[in-house]
Parts: sequence; C-alpha cells; structure tokens
Amino acid sequence: MYPFMEQHPYPGRLIIVEGIDGSGKSTQAMLVRKWLEAEGYPVRFTEWNSSSLVKETTKLAKKKKFLTPTTFSLLHATDFADRLYHQILPPLKGGAIVVADRYAFTAFARDVVRGVDPDWVRKLYAFTVRPDLVFYFKVPIEISIERILNGRSKLKYYEAGMDLGLATDEVESFRIFQSRILREYDRMIEEFDFTVFDASSEIDEQQTAMRERVSKMLVNYRAPKRGTWPVPPGPLGSRSRT
Amino acid sequence: MAGSARTLGKPLPYLKLGRLKGKLIAIEGTDGVGRSTQIALLQQWLEVQGFPVMVTGWTRSNLMSRSIDAAKSGHALNRLTFSLLYATDFADRLENNIVPALRAGFVVLADRYVYTAMARDAVRGADPTWIRNVLGFALVPDLVCYLDIDLEHLNPRVLAAGGMNYWESGMDLRLGEDLFDSFSRYQTAMLHEFETMSKEFGFTVIDARRDIDAVQADLREAIGPIVTKKKTVRTA
Repeated sequence: MYPFMEQHPYPGRLIIVEGIDGSGKSTQAMLVRKWLEAEGYPVRFTEWNSSSLVKETTKLAKKKKFLTPTTFSLLHATDFADRLYHQILPPLKGGAIVVADRYAFTAFARDVVRGVDPDWVRKLYAFTVRPDLVFYFKVPIEISIERILNGRSKLKYYEAGMDLGLATDEVESFRIFQSRILREYDRMIEEFDFTVFDASSEIDEQQTAMRERVSKMLVNYRAPKRGTWPVPPGPLGSRSRT
Repeated sequence: MAGSARTLGKPLPYLKLGRLKGKLIAIEGTDGVGRSTQIALLQQWLEVQGFPVMVTGWTRSNLMSRSIDAAKSGHALNRLTFSLLYATDFADRLENNIVPALRAGFVVLADRYVYTAMARDAVRGADPTWIRNVLGFALVPDLVCYLDIDLEHLNPRVLAAGGMNYWESGMDLRLGEDLFDSFSRYQTAMLHEFETMSKEFGFTVIDARRDIDAVQADLREAIGPIVTKKKTVRTA
C-alpha cells in the first residue's frame, strides 16, 4: 500500500475527493468544507490544475491541442508540485484541514489511460504526501454523462479524451475514455485504501456518510488555538505533534 | 542511431522509436563554458559537408519556453517545480522535434541534455533516482561531449559575456552573499556533479579551458566518425 508516498508527520489533516467527471465529488467536497468551517475547524481548499505557474501554458496547449501524453502528465505534475508547496503543505504544517478536489490519483488514472507507464507516473509523484482520507465517488458512466451534458452543450476536447482518437463522436469518446479511467480507479481502491461511495445515491445520504467518516478520522485531531500553533523546526524550538 | 534507439530508462510506451536514421549529439557543460559558440561552429561545419542539422536548446520548446522565462523572472520556483518545468520542456522537444528530426536523418545537436537536469537536482540535494526515473524516456545520445572547465577559467568568461545571472549562480540556494560568491560555490558543485556523471554515462571529455579553435578541433574529431559512419572521416 502507498508504495510511493510517505505518511506526513504534520498536525493538520489531508482529505481528498476523487472520481471521474460528473461523479459529484466537487459538490461533496464543498458540503464537507461548509460543515467543517461551521464546526470551527481551520479549513483550506485546493483543486486540480489551478496553480498560476502553468495555468496559461496548460490553457493554451489544450486549446491548440499540442499536448502529448507525457507533456500532459508532466504539466499537471508541475501544477500539483506548485500547489503542494503553496497550498497544501503550509496549512498542513500549520495544523489546518486541507480538502483537495483531486490528487495524484487523478494522474494515476488519466495519464495511464492516455498511455504513460503506471510505474513511471507513480514515481513521478513520489514527492507528494499520503492523504489521511481518500473518498472515491464511484459512478456509472451513463450517470456521469447525463450530469455533465445537463449543465452544458458540449464536452471539452481533453475531458472527452478526444486526443486518444477513440471515437469521432465526443460523447462516445467520453464514454470509452471515462470507462477506462473508472477501471484505473477501481484498481487503486486497494492500492491506496480508498473509501468508496456509491455516487449514484442521494447527495445528502452520501454527505452524511462522509461526515461520519471524517469525524472518526478527526478523533485525535486538535485544531491549533491562538498562541498554540506549532513552532516550526529550527533554532527556535522543535515542533511537536498536536 | 545504430540499430534500435535506446533510452536511459523506460521508453515511452506509446512512442514507437524503431530505427532512427539520424545522430543525436549532446554538448554538455556548465553555464558560460562556450557551448553555444561551439555549436554554431559545428553546425556550419556539418552543413558545409552536406549534413542536415537541427540544434535544440534547453528550455526552448514551443510549449514551455515562455512559461519557464516567466517563472524564472518571478523567482517563484522551488527545486521541484523547476525540475518539472524542465522535464516538460524536454519531453515536448524530444517528441515533437528531436525524434522527428532523427527519423528524417538529421544530425541533432543538443545544447545541453538531461544530464544538466540531473546535475541541477543533485546540487539541490534531491534524490537522484527521482529525476532519473522522470527523464528515463530520454534517448541515449550517440555521443555526449562534455566541455570541461575549472572555475578559474570560467569566471572571466562569464564576466566578459555580461555577468552572472540569478539562476546560473544558484541564488535560490543562498550559497553566498552576492552573485560572485554564490556563482563560484554553485558552479563548483555543478562541475563536481558533471565530473561524477562523466564516468557514469561515458562522456567524451573535452578540455574547454583552451581557446575556441582548439576546443572546436577536438569536437570535430569526436563527432566526425559518428556522423560519417563508414565513410572516410573528413577533417576540417
């Protein structure tokens, strides 16, 4: 389990939501954040592919469609590394609860379907830390398509996996591409100890179950109080786990 | 490339390399050693002999060059993001420029190669196996010429060429109070890494302390037999 990720020693907690597009994971992440914030916990949120470092490049490259499976994978790893150092590790060290919409597992699923070596991409992300909880929202492909097409008229080129030349029709390409991604996620359930949710059930039921699971994980967690934030390691004193 | 092309580590699963007609020659060496000058002369020499030449430069891919320049100017990088930007740039050039050129039978002159990335990472204290895995898809060049120099000869050249810059001086590592001190320490560490890799990867070491013509003559002597294969080696 977790062959390429080390357990973090920090006082904060890291919670991940994973799943294919249209699985409802972002909605669940938002609801769990609202709840944690209302409970008075310090919460930080970060999402896939959002760092300013490579945003413009990724946007342009996707528009012009000149990414290869490897450059696609490396660009997303760059984005992730940037967010890890700016948005994930600092709050984690400071004792906050970090909720991340997608994590390295998204790369392990998507990039492998695009054609990179599974072992290569896992080692590529060896710098990352192991999350405290990973929620995987498993959804049948037809529901995912329905949810996505409900909100807009067209699927995006890379989202539909059109770069793979699986089908000329975007919906058909999406179906094949996302089915393969589902298979990769399924393989990771055991490898990375995912907590699996049936994402076709009612949103509030899923949320209730999610909150229960998070509460359990937070039993030993203590939010930093004013004046008691851990002192960073160095000449001023050593950090102790709260 | 003789026979099937080889890669440093695992090849890209989806990219069929097969037999590449061209030759890949990497010119390595630290900042300011004179790589670009030597490469320009090599290109001229090869083209006069009728060989098609493509020069590929570090961080100069269509995909990444602007991103890297912007990131460097803001200094908002850490070791990891820097390495990954370089790796992305390299992958783009490999798949879109280097491999197609080699297929078409070009002599590809690489101004720096993945060894630069490995040296940079090692100097910054990274786990060497990580970058070797990430860049494992890189083709093994037909020849790696390493332009070897010492600090004593390097400093005056860099100063004469316009001075030291932030990244070439490893200022992100805070090795010294000013650029000169930092440059000296950083480049000493880089030279040490190149020396170690020279044995690991079998570089052809060329003494770059000498003048341009002497270095060029040695480069031609090393490259000549590789590009001309069985034909008679023509010297300049």
